[in-house]
Amino acid sequence: MSDSTTVANNALAEEHHEHPSYQRHHFETVDQQFDATNFAMWLFLLTEIMFFGGLFVAYMIMRNWYYPAFVEGSHQLSIFWGTANTAVLIISSFTMAMSVWSAEVRRKGLLLLFLCLTFLFGLVFLGIKGIEWHEKWEKFHVPGLRYSEQAFLNPASDPEVYKEYHDQPLSPDMAQKTQEYFFLYFAMTGMHALHMLIGVSILVFMIIRAKHGAYTSGHVTFVENFGLYWHFVDIIWIYLFALLYLISRH
Amino acid sequence: MSEQHQQHEQEHHIVSPFTYVIILLALLTGTALTVLASYFDLGEWHIAHGVTIFWNPVAALAIASTKMILVVLFFMHVKYSRRLTKLTVASGFFMFLVLISMTLTDYMSRAWGRW
Repeated sequence: MSDSTTVANNALAEEHHEHPSYQRHHFETVDQQFDATNFAMWLFLLTEIMFFGGLFVAYMIMRNWYYPAFVEGSHQLSIFWGTANTAVLIISSFTMAMSVWSAEVRRKGLLLLFLCLTFLFGLVFLGIKGIEWHEKWEKFHVPGLRYSEQAFLNPASDPEVYKEYHDQPLSPDMAQKTQEYFFLYFAMTGMHALHMLIGVSILVFMIIRAKHGAYTSGHVTFVENFGLYWHFVDIIWIYLFALLYLISRH
Repeated sequence: MSEQHQQHEQEHHIVSPFTYVIILLALLTGTALTVLASYFDLGEWHIAHGVTIFWNPVAALAIASTKMILVVLFFMHVKYSRRLTKLTVASGFFMFLVLISMTLTDYMSRAWGRW
C-alpha cells in the first residue's frame, strides 16, 4: 500500500517537475491558477455585497419611515472621529495596495513593512471605533442594553450636540424610534468591525508567512486576494461614513 | 487579432506605486470634499407634488460612489483584469441595484393613491 503511494507520487512529481512548487496539479498554468482563485474571490465578494446590501436597504427604508428620529440620532455621531477613521482606512487600503506591489516585484523587506503598516492602521481604526462605541455607552445610546431617549425628548439636555444642531424635541413615539437608528448603527458598524477584525487576524498570519519569504517567490495570489477583501471592507466604510455620519447634517 | 488580444489579457499586470499614490490623494481629497459639503445646506429641488430631491445626500452618495469606483478600478485592479472579472463585478453591482429598486418599488406602491 505505502509502496504504491510512493510510486504514484514519484510519477506525479516527474510529470510536473518543470512547474513551480506552488502550482497545483489540476491547473495547466500558473496564470490559470491565479485567474481561477481571483475569480473565486470576486464571487465571495459578491455574496458580501448582497450581505451588506440587506443592511443598507433596511437603513434606507427605516430612514424614510422615521426620518426625524434618524436625523437626530445621526447628530449624536462625531464628524471628527468619523473623518479620522475614513482617512485611516483609506491610507490602510493604500498600504495594502503597496503590499501587493511589493510581492509582485519580490521585495520582501518592503512587503513586510507595508503589511505591518496595514495591520497597524487596521488596529487604529478599531481603536477609534472603540472610542466612539464607548461614548454611545456612556450617553445611554445602546438599544436593548443601555438606552435613554432623554437627548431626543429634550435636546437642550445634551448641550454639546444642541449648540451645533439646535434640534427640536421629538414626540415620545418618534423619540423611541431613535433606537432603530442606533440599532442599525451598531449592526452596520459592528458587522464592518467584525470584518476588520478578521482582516487584521489574517494580516498577522500573512506577516509571519511573508517573513519566511512565502509571497516573494512569484506566488502573489494570497496577497492579491486578501487585498481584494481589504479594499472591499474599505468601500463598505466609505458608504457607512456617508450614510450614518454625513447625510443627515442638513 | 482576438488570439493575440486574449494572450495579452492573460498577462499579470503590475500597477505602479505612482498610480497608487495618485489614487490615494484622490480618495483623501474626496473625503475632505464630502465632509466639507456636509457643512453646507445644498438645498432641494421640488420636481412635483410630494417628489423632492435633497442635494446633500445626493452629493454625499455621488462622492462615495466616485471613491468606490476609484478603489475598484485601481486598488482592486479591475481596470487591468480580464473581461470575466469585469463582468463579475458589474453583475454584482447590478444585483445590488435590483435589490434596492425592487424593494423600494414595493414600499412606494403599498399605499399608492392613499396619501
